Amino acid sequence: MTGRAMSRRWLIVGACGAAAGVSVLVAPFIGSTPISFSRALSTTVPFADNVDAQIFFLARLPRAVAAALVGGTLAAAGVVFQGLLQNPLATPYTLGVSAGASLGAMLAISFSSALPLGGVAGASLVGAMVAVAIVYALARAHQGGLSTTVLLLAGVTLNSFFSALILFVQFIGDANDTQRALRWLMGDLDVTGYGAVVSALPLVAGAFVAFAWIARPLNLLSLGSDAASARGVDVARTQRVAFFSASVATGAAVAVGGPIGFIGIIVPHLVRLVVGADHRFVLPGSVFFGSAFLVACDVAARTVLAPIELPVGIITALIGGPFFLWMLVRHR
Amino acid sequence: MTRRRWTAILAAALVAGLLAGTRGEPARAAVQASPSRIVSLVPAVTEMLFAMGAGPAVVAVSSFDRFPPEAARLPKVGALLDPDFERVLSLRPDLVVIYGSQTDLATRLTRASIPHFSYRDSTLGDLFATMRQVGVRVGRAVNAERLAASIERDLEAVRTRVSGRARPRTALIFDREPGSLRGMYASGGRGFLHDLLSIAGGENVFGDVARDGLQVTSELLLARRPEIIIELVPSEGWPEARIARERALWTTLSSIPAVRSGRIHILADSSLSIPGPRVARAAAVFAAALHGER
Repeated sequence: MTGRAMSRRWLIVGACGAAAGVSVLVAPFIGSTPISFSRALSTTVPFADNVDAQIFFLARLPRAVAAALVGGTLAAAGVVFQGLLQNPLATPYTLGVSAGASLGAMLAISFSSALPLGGVAGASLVGAMVAVAIVYALARAHQGGLSTTVLLLAGVTLNSFFSALILFVQFIGDANDTQRALRWLMGDLDVTGYGAVVSALPLVAGAFVAFAWIARPLNLLSLGSDAASARGVDVARTQRVAFFSASVATGAAVAVGGPIGFIGIIVPHLVRLVVGADHRFVLPGSVFFGSAFLVACDVAARTVLAPIELPVGIITALIGGPFFLWMLVRHR
Repeated sequence: MTRRRWTAILAAALVAGLLAGTRGEPARAAVQASPSRIVSLVPAVTEMLFAMGAGPAVVAVSSFDRFPPEAARLPKVGALLDPDFERVLSLRPDLVVIYGSQTDLATRLTRASIPHFSYRDSTLGDLFATMRQVGVRVGRAVNAERLAASIERDLEAVRTRVSGRARPRTALIFDREPGSLRGMYASGGRGFLHDLLSIAGGENVFGDVARDGLQVTSELLLARRPEIIIELVPSEGWPEARIARERALWTTLSSIPAVRSGRIHILADSSLSIPGPRVARAAAVFAAALHGER
């Protein structure tokens, strides 16, 4: 790649980063309730009495930060899963992680009297990790690597099985719980404070470190396992690291905001259209663009029908569906 | 040739059979003057039936019926999402009370020539209309009228008791994700909860929203600044520690007047969200929470 082409790509990634930062800073200024920003940012009024400040710093800003975190994480996880499974249609939810997370959340919602520490978010993370463990155990080939075919089949099967269990739990629960469960499945970024984000941050940070590490191996993996190992890539280890880091990241993101769809598939493809297929650019580009995208979708979700709030998953689906169709048409 | 002919005959027989099955009017459901085997899928209506003296005629109830105790002991036949049609049939009912949205079930009952009553709920007015209709349907119109009148009197008593007082701005939250302030649903400006709140002397901060329920975000609650928050929990008797823990969650949103003054009432009582004969008691409980005394 020429120096100019590379610096152009870095420029684009930088622009996405700027967009992400700007979106997080601007989003709290937009909302369904008119507030006075001078009062919100003033230091003279005590925080405990300052409604405008609480709306800005407790309601809106954590939402923007959570949206940035979830959007960036799901987009990056999508990139890694697409690289791992060698399939452009792979999403962070293909291998059953979100189904496990959803089942964990459903059980926590329906049996809330026996709720352990961590509440619904903790239960969904546990559910996600159980799903990951099952899929890994099934797909582990005897030479230590992962058979991507078995991975895909195991993941898809687990998705169906867990979805059936989710329906069952909803069925035997009462109408209240079903309503609440359905709402959780549509995604919700109203985090009210930074607790959820802070809890998810270590997992996401660790996953991002792993992503950075496997960016170049993923490039080589796209040539095929044999070609990649001929060029010195430890295919088995790359696959394991990719699988676990992307699954943990997805589990953390779903624990914060529910299974928000389409980020993990639209964003990687859009970013690839602009920066090409090199994972060293696609990964950071997707993180930033995914963040900005979900922040924007969340602002739309909470202002379009004010005071009623649309689930953010509906906005991402409304944008994602037509995008998908366009992709299919384009590639015919 | 023979094979083709047989295939044609079988196909014709199949088509004829299908047509015969789908054509034809279902038998008109005969309306009994006084049903004696009633199955009720709606807890609110079950309570009404027992309150107007039709209890002995009830043979089965929904999975969520808990009141009165006699109803809780009856066989269960499912509820809104999972009505057990075979079970209902096996009980040979002469009246089945179903939800208005259970149109599939209604069709099947009509085909089986079983009379049914479709329940639709919304406002307090609908509640009394339903009570009177059910009364006529089960041959206890007089009892139903007396019951409705007595409930109306009790509600009026509550309204009079609080009439002179200021009406605090109230948020009536009937659902929330346990352990966090997410997924909160509050009563909008429609529906029996809103009506009960009005009677109890409160002003619904979401009264301008023309819906029975709406999801409220923390921003919305901060913006509407309720003076009192009432949370309805549809289960009996939470331990004190749990109630205290759930109340403590609200301290984050400290600029809400209700949080500052500590006027957050968590009512763990499933009867408060049932639009049935106990609504007057619900109104009294709300009034006590809003105005500090009975």
